Amino acid sequence: MSTTAATQTKWWNGGRSPFNVEYGKLMMWYFLMSDAFTFGAFLISYGTVRFSSNSWPDPNHVFNAFPGAGTANLPLAFVSLMTFILIISSVTMVLAVHAGHNGDKRGVAKWLIWTIIGGLAFLSCQAWEWTHLHHEGAWWGRNPFPNADGTIASTNFTNFFFTITGFHGFHVFSGVVINCIMLTMNLKGVFERRGHYLMIEKAGLYWHFVDLVWVFVFLCFYLI
Amino acid sequence: METQLVSPEITFHQHHDDVEFKRRVRKTTILLSIITLIELAIGLTIYTIHKGGHPNATLVLMFKGMVCILTLAKAYYIVSVFMHLGDEIRNMIMTVVVPLLLFVWFIAAFLIDGNSYKNLRNRYHQEHVEKAPVKAAEESHGKD
Repeated sequence: MSTTAATQTKWWNGGRSPFNVEYGKLMMWYFLMSDAFTFGAFLISYGTVRFSSNSWPDPNHVFNAFPGAGTANLPLAFVSLMTFILIISSVTMVLAVHAGHNGDKRGVAKWLIWTIIGGLAFLSCQAWEWTHLHHEGAWWGRNPFPNADGTIASTNFTNFFFTITGFHGFHVFSGVVINCIMLTMNLKGVFERRGHYLMIEKAGLYWHFVDLVWVFVFLCFYLI
Repeated sequence: METQLVSPEITFHQHHDDVEFKRRVRKTTILLSIITLIELAIGLTIYTIHKGGHPNATLVLMFKGMVCILTLAKAYYIVSVFMHLGDEIRNMIMTVVVPLLLFVWFIAAFLIDGNSYKNLRNRYHQEHVEKAPVKAAEESHGKD
């Protein structure tokens, strides 16, 4: 971090930061942009394969279970819960960043804890869903679900589903780890001593990105 | 040096009025929730259309298109309000958003390619077509 160097103002070697943001934040944006292309490539390859197939399993028949609801047919119910958990944890992250802007150490800690809880709740939901699908016989290379038109489906459906939701779940997991690190640093007073909470802002950007990607995963796998 | 809660790299500070900020976050949260609920409603509509014998393909496609548009709206609100990209300097916004325009080509080209591959195979390689409807009964479960 070049922020300690108040005497030598060669921030970006040009003497000024052109976008009025710190280097780290701009680079976080560029990382997220490249990550968007990674996820985009995954989802588009899924789309390509789906467009090249004559038929495809109906998501409403695959994802219709809810924990504790037995064999009740509840399409979209569980995934909506997951979506709302992620949206709410995104909101608590916004509040954590805002508390950071105000230099409110306790506020940052409080909202970060809520964000971490949200992230863990989402991961638990995903773990339950994966376990449930695995019990039904679905896994990489195995697809028990028939196509919507009644023909036997290839394993493309499960392969893409587990790969992409797995990759997203890995992002959620690393987001939770990053948030835990932020919480520890905050509680140890690192940001207080530094004089600003911009680190929280960068962690926040990552966390919102995870939410953003879920919006598209939700669309591609569950809705259409 | 009014509020010193910034790094020296930030030469001027955008003011986030507390009340105004809270109002904006609340508004965006409600908006995102409502859009999600509409998406769910459309998802369930598609489900019911599929249940009733012969689904109307154009209708289903229309609903799916609507969900896609709503998703883009959600993405816009998350990026612009929650990630504060809307508050940044315009040139910075452009360095992030303009490269993303590649997605327009990316999505169109690959989906059209997939579709054409399907059509060509169906026309010239009949043996690749999934075989005549096997009744999706329990006995076919568990096989690939």
